[in-house]
Amino acid sequence: MPAQVLLVEDNPGDARLTQEAFRQFNQSMVLHVVADGVEAMAFLRHEGIHAGSPRPDLAVLDLNLPKMDGRTVLAMIKDDDTLKAIPTVILTSSQSDADVFKSYQLQANCFLTKPLRLEAFEDVVKGINDFWLAGINLRQQES
Amino acid sequence: MTLIGEHGMPIEVLLVEDSPGDVRLTQEAFRDANRSIRLHVANDGVEAMAFLRNQGVHVHAPRPDLILLDLNLPRMDGREVLATIKDDENLKTIPTVILTTSDAEADIVKSYQLQANCYLTKPVQLDAFESLVKSINDFWLVKAKLPQQQKVSG
Repeated sequence: MPAQVLLVEDNPGDARLTQEAFRQFNQSMVLHVVADGVEAMAFLRHEGIHAGSPRPDLAVLDLNLPKMDGRTVLAMIKDDDTLKAIPTVILTSSQSDADVFKSYQLQANCFLTKPLRLEAFEDVVKGINDFWLAGINLRQQES
Repeated sequence: MTLIGEHGMPIEVLLVEDSPGDVRLTQEAFRDANRSIRLHVANDGVEAMAFLRNQGVHVHAPRPDLILLDLNLPRMDGREVLATIKDDENLKTIPTVILTTSDAEADIVKSYQLQANCYLTKPVQLDAFESLVKSINDFWLVKAKLPQQQKVSG
């Protein structure tokens, strides 16, 4: 069973970059991409076109999103007893201390600023994979 | 505000671990990886909470930038420490990484339900353990943005 990852990202270029970076480090994962906060919640709640969506093993969440911003999505995930155990990593262009603090206060699992250089960006995605997905692959191999 | 790790500001890490061998290994691995780290050790859950609440001998303890928490601890186990931290408005913003021997699905799910930031199973092999500590440094203390704490003296 491949790891399921939900990427909430409205910039298609960044989404593509993230997808390719993950593919480099983890060939047995499925990345689902949604482009706004409303669709993110629909995916997580298996609503509408997302009725058959899998439960993600990890959510990677941008902060600045159309329709419902990432801060609200984060708060909703972590307020929901059925969703809050999903590790939710913020991956955003923001470097603001206020955004960092607020995210951890809302119980984001981690806050990462998107690096500008490709290599550094790939490094960050590798780290995300190592810390939240590698364990899943390992446990599945053993079972 | 001075960023942690900059201008000689130490990075404060609290390790909650009862195995002296693992404490030693972690200490040495962090020392090799990052000279700005000040590693504080609590050997059980009660001491961990006293450290975090600046009680008793820990009245002057700094606020950790990161907590590494074993699950199986004497006196108050790690699951209870985790729940207490994440229930506390003042403490819950501190990234808390579970670092434990257990790879039981139940422990992993429970820890994330209790809002652990991350769950890591300790490798058995020495060099794998060292490598893990190094990667914790690289990811959590260099790449990740951690909440800036007000460094209050005294």
